[in-house]
Amino acid sequence: MTEQRVISRKTGVEDTDYKWGFELDIESDIAPRGLNEDIVRLISAKKREPEWMLEWRLKAYRHWLKLGSEEPKWANVKFPPIDYQDMIYYAAPRSQADGPKSLDEIDPEILEGFNKLGIPLEEQKKLSGVAVDAVLDSVSVATTYQEMLKKVGVIFCSMSEAVKNHPELVQKYIGSVVPYSDNFYATLNSAVFSDGSFCYVPPGVRCPIELMTYFRINEMDTGQFERTLIIADKGSYVSYLEGCTAPMRKTHQLHAAVVELVALDDAEIKYSTLQNWYPGDKDGNGGVYNFVTKRGKAQGRGSKISWTQVETGSAITWKYPSVILQGDDSVGEFYSVALVNNHQQADTGTKMTHIGKNTRSTIIAKGISAGKANNTYRGQVKIMPTANGARNFTQCDSLLIGDECGAHTVPYIEVRNPTAQLEHEATTSKVSDDQLFYLQQRGLSLEESNYMIINGFCRGIFKELPFEFAAEASQLMRVSLEGTVG
Amino acid sequence: MTQAPAKNQSYRSDFRTAEQATDSPAWLRDVRAEAMARFEELGFPTARKGNEKWKYTNVAPIARSEFGFDPKRDLNGLNADSLTVAVPWHETWHRLVFVDGVFAKDLSSRPEAANGVRVSSLAEALVSDNGAVQEHLAKHALFEDDGFAALNTAFVRDGAYVRVTSNVTLETPIHLVFVSTGRAEPTVSYPRVLLVAEAGSRATVIESYVALGDGEYFNDAVSETVLGEGAEIEHYRLQAEGESAFHVGTARVVQAEGSNYSSSAFFKGSSLGRYDLSVLLDGPGSTCRLNGLYMTSGSQHQDNNINIEHAKPHTTSRLYYKGILDGKSRAVFGGTVLVRKEAQKTDALQSDKNLVLSPDAEVDSKPALFIYADDVKCGHGATAGNIDLDTVFYMRSRGLDVDAASRLLIYGFARESIDTVREQHLKSYLESLFLESLPKYRFEF
Repeated sequence: MTEQRVISRKTGVEDTDYKWGFELDIESDIAPRGLNEDIVRLISAKKREPEWMLEWRLKAYRHWLKLGSEEPKWANVKFPPIDYQDMIYYAAPRSQADGPKSLDEIDPEILEGFNKLGIPLEEQKKLSGVAVDAVLDSVSVATTYQEMLKKVGVIFCSMSEAVKNHPELVQKYIGSVVPYSDNFYATLNSAVFSDGSFCYVPPGVRCPIELMTYFRINEMDTGQFERTLIIADKGSYVSYLEGCTAPMRKTHQLHAAVVELVALDDAEIKYSTLQNWYPGDKDGNGGVYNFVTKRGKAQGRGSKISWTQVETGSAITWKYPSVILQGDDSVGEFYSVALVNNHQQADTGTKMTHIGKNTRSTIIAKGISAGKANNTYRGQVKIMPTANGARNFTQCDSLLIGDECGAHTVPYIEVRNPTAQLEHEATTSKVSDDQLFYLQQRGLSLEESNYMIINGFCRGIFKELPFEFAAEASQLMRVSLEGTVG
Repeated sequence: MTQAPAKNQSYRSDFRTAEQATDSPAWLRDVRAEAMARFEELGFPTARKGNEKWKYTNVAPIARSEFGFDPKRDLNGLNADSLTVAVPWHETWHRLVFVDGVFAKDLSSRPEAANGVRVSSLAEALVSDNGAVQEHLAKHALFEDDGFAALNTAFVRDGAYVRVTSNVTLETPIHLVFVSTGRAEPTVSYPRVLLVAEAGSRATVIESYVALGDGEYFNDAVSETVLGEGAEIEHYRLQAEGESAFHVGTARVVQAEGSNYSSSAFFKGSSLGRYDLSVLLDGPGSTCRLNGLYMTSGSQHQDNNINIEHAKPHTTSRLYYKGILDGKSRAVFGGTVLVRKEAQKTDALQSDKNLVLSPDAEVDSKPALFIYADDVKCGHGATAGNIDLDTVFYMRSRGLDVDAASRLLIYGFARESIDTVREQHLKSYLESLFLESLPKYRFEF
């Protein structure tokens, strides 16, 4: 992935420009359609979970029932009601029913599939410097570089394995940042989450390689509900990447994930996402509903949590990676590029809750809207009475391409401490005619000029991404905008 | 929707009493009946989840109180002398005075009906200018989704009426005075303003809500302002209600091509205040400038909800609101700038700045942009925090002590808003009301 690949949606599967839209032909073990207590028990049983895990799931499920159809309605997105009984909550490749063993045992079809996605899992080909946990539908199929990580004491495995092998850590931290009663989708996730990644970095360890989870939805009509938990113990550092794609389907698929991060004293977690779920076709048919709850708790003194996201996929994105700044002197960062085209809708932003003294947060959000898409930045900065000397800087810029799209900015600023300093700035504009004229006059085509300006607009965010992701992100932007500029 | 019915049932009986006591044209009676029915469905808004417009303001204190209502109140001992001290005053200003919601003819002074300019009570206008009133009244301040506007409209039979005829420039400001005298028992009033500026006309209008006593009362005010092509209105709004007062003001402004609306609003007092202003830029090239200064202390709560809709191309809006918070008070700013698809070349700026001077005060600011056109220039900013310590340090290094330096900074912050006032007599009134009682900075450096 370090080499610059030219991705073009034009050369992808016919009828669309989404080149990750192929389907794997593998046999899957699929749970019956619908959701009830038996399904929750079935998932738990499939994963041979201990009793406490099942109890927690059931608690969440019962709470979810109480919520009725109280899905959050405040977001600036529109979609027909989701029938939660017409969905499959568990699907696992049959050959992987017992979870990943060694890489040699993985179904070659799956290996090939991930190869096609640019995520080779075989020992000799795997990405250098990145340990990958590959999640297909509901289960993790492989985790690379396990040995190397073990040497430094880093635990990086699928959530299912973690529940089995490290129950004390899971039990201590799961739900500690995003409680099962947090919101409609998080509650649903808590009841039926199937897999995801688990990572624990011991005190004082700087994780030697980047960790990555690659999520792939394959089966039809399945929802993906993964749960990720990352714990950085005192003085440790970890950089974590997340990538995702799905086949093209005429129907919508639900992806309701939960990510919890915990940073103890002086620890740092850097979490990067390249979200490229299938966005639906040009007329808005199909695509993934990406309703995700991501939250980090900068629990320890001087800890730091940084979210970087590049959101180009999904029919609808509903996602607010947040940081609870609990430890004194802790730092929260949010860097985001959200690009929507055609009929995509995105309502995304962050939430910075300042509790500790001298906590600092930075929010830089760039939104790009094209086609008939709508893009909303929604972010909250909350300064609690205890947060003496808290500081926040927020900047949101939106770029509009074409006159049928929308760009919206909805910041919420809540200040309950006079020693805090907050600034929020936002601008909205289109690509300036003068800039385009200047670039074209230097010999660039209109399309190239547009890309160059858009790339420059996002540059500040891309540079926060790990190297491999940055090049990919810039390519992805280009592909997503193909045909809309110039 | 996310609204709860009013607990208090007395509004219905008030409505019946009022309907029996006064005579109005049939069309207006229909409007009132419809509004009352709507209010009974809607009730008062709640701050429940999902009700973004009321996210930070709880109107339960209004909903659970009993307010007496009497459409034929006396002046409660108020005379011209006591009025001149209580409100911004200049003898040359035209004046419509309302005491506890009732028009006080003897305290008012109106211009000669020259050039067809009308400054009168709404009840009078219903007789003399029925056509124009019917064309605009309750047509802009819609009550479909708004319990407070519905309640006001259910009781509309009098109010302030101003119509400036085409191409007339009215040099003298018109002052609309709403005095609350603070009676023994809590009372409710429904101030109503209709302001029509026809094409090419110009006028300055001051709208004051002031209290003479400390009694508990509730003002549910609605104003509608219509600007014809190229019309210019300079509007000042003073909300200086009593310490135990509730004030909910709903203002709707509709602007035609090339018109210019500039407004400066000042807020002080009232235990619970809400100002809900919406400006519709409905003609190409129309412009609005909205300034505001709110100063809260004690346990006051002031909520400003300012919405600007750019519906046509080449429209411009400027919004500058500022707040100074002290005590255990809370200020809320909710603003939206909506740019419709047709409104290309829109230029919009929105800013809310807050100076928080007390550890117990809270500010909630939500300046939002909703943009559906691409060739636009829109920006917004919001700040909240204490006075800047670096600036204080600089001033101290120049020989000022902490007290003087911080006082000067707070003064400068407030002064900027008051300086937008062009009417000199009003300006000096505001200076004494705001600048002479600025809160102090009380923290250790």
